[in-house]
Amino acid sequence: MSGTAQLNDELLHAKSPFELRVHLGRGVPDSDVRSALATGDMGFLHSFTTGSTVDGPGVRVVAWTTGCQFRCLYCHNPDTWNMSNGIPITLGKATEELHKYRTGLKVMAGGFTLSGGEPLMQDRFAVRLLTAVHAMGIHTALDTNGSLGARLTDAELGEIDLVLLDIKNWDEQRHRRLTGMEVGPVLDFARRLAKLKRPMWVRYVFVPGWSDDARNISQLARFAASLGNVERVDVLPFHQMGRFKWKELKLSYALDDVQPPARETIEHACALFRAEGLKAY
Amino acid sequence: MAALSRPIMHEEVVSPWQGFKTGLWQKEINVRDFIQQNYQPYEGDESFLAPATERTKKLWDRLNELFLEERKKGVLDVSQIPSSITAHSPGYIDRNNEVIVGLQTEAPLKRAIMPNGGFRMVVNALKTYGYVPDPHVVEAFTKYRKTHNEGVFDAYTADVRRCRSSHILTGLPDAYGRGRIIGDYRRVALYGVSRLIEQKQEEKRSLDSAMSTDEIIRDREELSEQIRALKELQQMAKSYGFDISAPASNAQEAVQWLYFGYLAAVKEQNGAAMSLGRTSTFLDIYFERDLAAGILTEQQVQEIIDDFVIKLRIVRFLRTPEYDELFAGDPTWVTESIGGMGDDGRTLVTKTSFRFLHTLYNLGPAPEPNLTIWYSPRMPDAFRSFAAKVAIDTSSIQFESDEIMRRSWGDDGAIACCVSPMLVGKQMQFFGARANLAKCLLYAINGGRDELTGEQVGPSNGAVKGQYLDFDDVVDKFEGMMDWLAGVYVNAMNIIHFMHDKYAYERVEMALHDYGPLRTMAFGMAGLSVIADSLSAIRYAKVQVIRDEKGLVTDYQIEGIFPQFGNNDNRVDQLASWVVSTFMNKLRKYPTYRNALHTQSILTITSNVVYGKNTGNTPDGRRRGEPFAPGANPMHGRDSHGIHASAASVAKIPYRDAADGISLTTTLIPEGLGRVGEDRITNLRSMLDAFFGATGFHMNVNVLNRDTLLDAMDHPEKYPNLTIRVSGYAVNFVRLTREQQMDVINRTFHGN
Repeated sequence: MSGTAQLNDELLHAKSPFELRVHLGRGVPDSDVRSALATGDMGFLHSFTTGSTVDGPGVRVVAWTTGCQFRCLYCHNPDTWNMSNGIPITLGKATEELHKYRTGLKVMAGGFTLSGGEPLMQDRFAVRLLTAVHAMGIHTALDTNGSLGARLTDAELGEIDLVLLDIKNWDEQRHRRLTGMEVGPVLDFARRLAKLKRPMWVRYVFVPGWSDDARNISQLARFAASLGNVERVDVLPFHQMGRFKWKELKLSYALDDVQPPARETIEHACALFRAEGLKAY
Repeated sequence: MAALSRPIMHEEVVSPWQGFKTGLWQKEINVRDFIQQNYQPYEGDESFLAPATERTKKLWDRLNELFLEERKKGVLDVSQIPSSITAHSPGYIDRNNEVIVGLQTEAPLKRAIMPNGGFRMVVNALKTYGYVPDPHVVEAFTKYRKTHNEGVFDAYTADVRRCRSSHILTGLPDAYGRGRIIGDYRRVALYGVSRLIEQKQEEKRSLDSAMSTDEIIRDREELSEQIRALKELQQMAKSYGFDISAPASNAQEAVQWLYFGYLAAVKEQNGAAMSLGRTSTFLDIYFERDLAAGILTEQQVQEIIDDFVIKLRIVRFLRTPEYDELFAGDPTWVTESIGGMGDDGRTLVTKTSFRFLHTLYNLGPAPEPNLTIWYSPRMPDAFRSFAAKVAIDTSSIQFESDEIMRRSWGDDGAIACCVSPMLVGKQMQFFGARANLAKCLLYAINGGRDELTGEQVGPSNGAVKGQYLDFDDVVDKFEGMMDWLAGVYVNAMNIIHFMHDKYAYERVEMALHDYGPLRTMAFGMAGLSVIADSLSAIRYAKVQVIRDEKGLVTDYQIEGIFPQFGNNDNRVDQLASWVVSTFMNKLRKYPTYRNALHTQSILTITSNVVYGKNTGNTPDGRRRGEPFAPGANPMHGRDSHGIHASAASVAKIPYRDAADGISLTTTLIPEGLGRVGEDRITNLRSMLDAFFGATGFHMNVNVLNRDTLLDAMDHPEKYPNLTIRVSGYAVNFVRLTREQQMDVINRTFHGN
């Protein structure tokens, strides 16, 4: 297994994180994938970048995992849906790579964000990587849709300094329509984090015509504010940078005609969160 | 504020130094000591700053009209009187409304000819802009007076000529002024010219007892020239109605005196870079004294600085299109070094550090003066934040490591040109452009034959054999070729600077130096990331050579993947460092003119485009003619893991083997710095703290949208002031050639 992963180190270095990536993990035998998922010795990454300022506080390293159970209509990285599209990488190698940035990340009041895909599809790898990074004194963040939150123990959640919880929609039906999955477990995870007093940011993707209903947003805002652990809300404007991936993957893309929202519209949505006493950008 | 009334007469004799703390600086010429004894560090924020006055705006508007005309015509006007400190009568923009006075010629933006560097360049420039060279001047400079350019070509070896023609050595200052010498213009203000003349006379007298060897004779002659130049400086100031023989007695005079010193330099020399030094904290002492005495208000202080900066923005030289190709956008590199820390741990940031940066708001963004922050994470938070904000708002400033430069040279250093540090008044450099090391690698592969022409330029050490490149073999051959190139390069530089001293000596700039300054010989390298990636490809992938019918290797086929420079991967980053250190050590083996200390820069300015154009396919997959990355930057698009990784790779290049500076240019989109304005300032400051807190040397920061640049290419008239940073300096984007504009746009936009 480690042999395969070592060979693929090169890929992690030589490719752009913005390009479409498929089948990079296809050569890995099923048995290895199963054992990797069970132990977390190996994970599958789409890519990673440094210098990110939009995935949590400060300047951060972000790694994106592959594998996701959601099928969000606006997803800008549909190539992260299948785990086998990712690069197999050992836990040791991933930790070693992050170690290079530890000093800088501390100086920049930043940290490490594990995003995806849905990182908790590889929950053992995610937990072990975040724990290892945390042990270096680096701030850790998990960017998740939250529906697999139950896979983490309370102690494991303690290794995560900040959860970026993507709540795709407050309304059950809309959530289902947008993502293909239920919102219930997401909200359960939010409540659990609140109970544990774990810091959390809410991320909300604003899609004109799909997730722009003011009443709906206000309800979500009220819920978020009631939790008591939400430090900030990021309202993320929908964009079309991922459209080409849908085309190339030959997936039918429902949002082809949707225009990115105007700045004022986003401001308006932020105001709805602020009205509940939350910080929102 | 009205223009300064002519020579100030005090009723009683008051020492111009009244109120200053005494010290060694009175006994000897020692500006640093004066600063250290008297300056007040400022740890507050920018809230005290004053906006531009109506007078300033009017003056600037008047110039903006002239800029428009200048851009249309290429040059606004030309004076064919060969320039010297006193050649032109006084000039004004608007005589009654100028706070600081003095122009290079009798009218703003009117460019003078400076034939001493090379007459051919003057003639070409005149013809380019539709002027007929004055026959008297032609006669003088072809019949009676030899120039630097002719001297150099009289002494060039065949090897040097071949290397120039094949472009493995390019941009050498053999036909134009070398520049990169910074006079300590502060001395004019602090001491007055009489004292400086006395000092030079004393230095010259002290040589009387020395035997008249070549060196001593040259030194005596140079000192005599320096004294002559100081007298001319006095005379020039007098023509504007000022007696600068005595020290400046107030802040406005201090700025005026200092500016006269600088003005004399740019009247005398058309140097590739005519940098200002480190003046803001020095001047702050005068401003604080006058503010405390109630002589000036904050608004008046800012007005003086705005006016001074206006003058620095309109320095002009007559240059040729070929020159522009190397150094685009009509740069003058009036570099001003701002901030930093002192040896005693106090910050050198003062209120005037803020005031200089504030000119970018009062007058709008501009490439000149080249405002350079000597960055240390130990500087006050408020100043670091303000500098980050200015970078985000204007893309007009650059950052260099105060920690590295102070430890190497001292705490009163300044940047000449883009990234070259030197102690003000105590150190100068012999500028040496750069060698195309990527081409040198191709010569190694082809046994000294040029990959484009097939001509034998380098020694015929034997080309590579077989189908695939072997790492050890290529490295051996590359080392051999570097040995040869280093020899030719040092030879060329010795000749150039011997002749420059002889025919185009910087009299007034050197008069504002101590006797016997430390001289460095600043070599340079282009194509670093191309070489690193090429060696990496050979080492970690398989590189097959493709030969033409004459057996010349003209192309490469890469099988497999390899680590690329700019991703914080030691496997390739170490190859980059190896090239820098290896070439430096080879240069060091050859003796230099005037025993100058060998240094090297990894800097290209905009010449990365020309170097690339003249270089064939390279083993890293770069295509023939494709631009190199600028300076020490990773190749376009190959640094795929963000700015932290990319900067980390560049920061590994050892400064000790690139002591003339290592340049990194980054371009970020605003959203790439954070979702909201405040976050952006904090995040940029954090990035600078991390980079300069480690071993980073230099960073240009552009915060721009790709769309803005694309629009500016098509509608230049909409963006007259769009400024971008390129490898050590700033330029007006719309003044770049289309090719250079495309190069800038194609480079990675981090965070896009």
